[in-house]
Amino acid sequence: MTVSQTSLGSHEPVLEVKDLTVKYIGDTRSTTAVDRVSFSIGAGEIFGLAGESGCGKSTIANSIMRLLKDPAKIAGGSIRFGGKDVLAMSTEELRRFRWQDVAMVFQSAMNSLNPVLTIGEQITDIYSTHAGYSRKESLHRAGQLLELVRINPSRLKSYPHQLSGGMRQRAVIAMAVALKPSLLILDEPTTALDVVVQQEIMAQIKELQRELGFSVLFITHDMSLMVELSHRMGVMYGGRIVETAKASEIHTNPQHPYTQALMGAFPPLTGPRVPLTGLAEGVKFRNILDLTEVFPGHFVAPSGDSPEITPAVLEGAAQ
Amino acid sequence: MSHSAMPTSTRPTDDTPALEIRGLGKQFPLGGLFSRESVRALHGVDLSLGRGEIVALVGESGSGKSTLARCVARLERPTTGEILLDGVDVLKRDRFQASRAFRAQVQMVFQDPFGSLNPAHRIEHFLRRSLTIHGKTGGSEKETQRRLEELITTVGLQPDMLNSYPHELSGGQRQRVAIARALAVEPEVILADEPTSMLDVSVRIGVLNLMRKLRDDKGISMLYITHDLASARYLADRIAVMFAGEIVEQGESLDLLANPAHPYTQLLVSAVPDPARAGSYDPVRRAELRQAVMASTSCAFEGDPNQACSSEESVRHQVGDPENRHWVRCHLYRPWAGAGGHALAGEPALPADDSEMKVSA
Repeated sequence: MTVSQTSLGSHEPVLEVKDLTVKYIGDTRSTTAVDRVSFSIGAGEIFGLAGESGCGKSTIANSIMRLLKDPAKIAGGSIRFGGKDVLAMSTEELRRFRWQDVAMVFQSAMNSLNPVLTIGEQITDIYSTHAGYSRKESLHRAGQLLELVRINPSRLKSYPHQLSGGMRQRAVIAMAVALKPSLLILDEPTTALDVVVQQEIMAQIKELQRELGFSVLFITHDMSLMVELSHRMGVMYGGRIVETAKASEIHTNPQHPYTQALMGAFPPLTGPRVPLTGLAEGVKFRNILDLTEVFPGHFVAPSGDSPEITPAVLEGAAQ
Repeated sequence: MSHSAMPTSTRPTDDTPALEIRGLGKQFPLGGLFSRESVRALHGVDLSLGRGEIVALVGESGSGKSTLARCVARLERPTTGEILLDGVDVLKRDRFQASRAFRAQVQMVFQDPFGSLNPAHRIEHFLRRSLTIHGKTGGSEKETQRRLEELITTVGLQPDMLNSYPHELSGGQRQRVAIARALAVEPEVILADEPTSMLDVSVRIGVLNLMRKLRDDKGISMLYITHDLASARYLADRIAVMFAGEIVEQGESLDLLANPAHPYTQLLVSAVPDPARAGSYDPVRRAELRQAVMASTSCAFEGDPNQACSSEESVRHQVGDPENRHWVRCHLYRPWAGAGGHALAGEPALPADDSEMKVSA
């Protein structure tokens, strides 16, 4: 953790997203899934995006990878990766950009392994396609890769169904870092796993990150997990970022009522039992304004003007 | 009560527990018709649910908690054991399937509110049907309507939602409808199987609060099944920890999570993400706990005058103050040989012998 924190901000950002807007265009109406979102990720930094289902966090990840399909359309803004304009890349450039520069672990990625190929065949496929290694060299590297995530290389001969869920997930993470990308996108990497396994996967990712020094965009709805892993984080609501700051600061001092509700949605494991409210059914935030800096490095969307989102309303509706 | 600002448990007025499970076991046959193999999903489970008490059953997936709920709900027939409802063994009373009288006493709320409501019907249909089947319509249409509105407001929804279809409701609202449907028959016991795990995080607490309110107001006993220790601590009076089809530890929620005695419970507690103790993950300690779950060599309660430790019998040791009703199964007791949950499978690969390491190139 200390390694990456020292490098925080000392370099050019690896990824810079500016005013990104993504729309889902329908026949009669279109929906704005991501609305003028800006953030950047420094070298070796773990940046978390928190929010509930439907808030647009996965759409952002897919935009960065240029995986959006119709009816989704990037309607505005820019994504720059290491100085290159991602949105202007040609098909050939994209092919090299994906997996070599940016790799992604999808939600329940452990089910994305091909069931009729062995783990070894699937990993060597990456090396022969992207790096052009010989079969022998690829196999050797594939074995090393599995060792990196603490799976016995003898498992190269196993089929996915012969591995436990946690092992499969680790294999997928190993495949993601195979080509030493400078950015790893993790979209809810542990949602389908049990808590004990989840924590080990997260520890593994942290260890890999320290070893290989890549940056991470970490997407989840689990605030406790996110605060534990990330250096900096952004909280999304309805396609907008409502708050962004250092993870520890969001944990101790959340400013936006939505962030406060999210933090309050996770009961603590220690201390007295106190009643929590979470977010009441039906409370909506509308017309979220641009972020303003309230403390150094702590940006919040102003919420005071709108009467429907004052804390009093939140409490009243919770009854 | 001094520890909290909210009422924890309404003490049972009657000594007979609302629900008592004794020595429940369930085996699922494996293989073909003539195979004698079976999987032991539950073994010797004892659990009681006092009146107006919320007990959480925690454990990882595959530990048998849902099987237990399905057995109690009579969706699955247990191989051995007794299920006593108000002191009456329902397995003997209704031998083949659950009677309507039983359904009026025990209701279930399932994990998936998207799958448990038929999309073709309005909300009113689900609630009205429950009332009709169990003869709680009250005789007149006017009275039925009043009861429908009362039900829907009890779970915190607006009466005009009776005319909505399930797809018009959010996940949290749907789960509230599922709870209202369970309430319609005025049950004594509600079995809630992971009722919040498919809901958006910010509305989960609201559903938990609703469950607590129903307990406080109506005295309904609840079995809350979850893998989320933090929410179990928040909602339940007592927690039972399940591993490989057996209960390994049980006690008052706050005490159990503050002083977990069984290595499996310790494993679970240490795995809960908690920003307050970030970076506390210790792989060595984790490996020790795993080892201890499967084959402990020493018992922390050795010399306990009341009970002799044994690796064959599942001896229970009392932990701390008897008031906390906290007990742990002796660590020496070896889990069933086929046991080994996901939590134990996460073990990093041990260095294998070289012959196996060689990958055919």
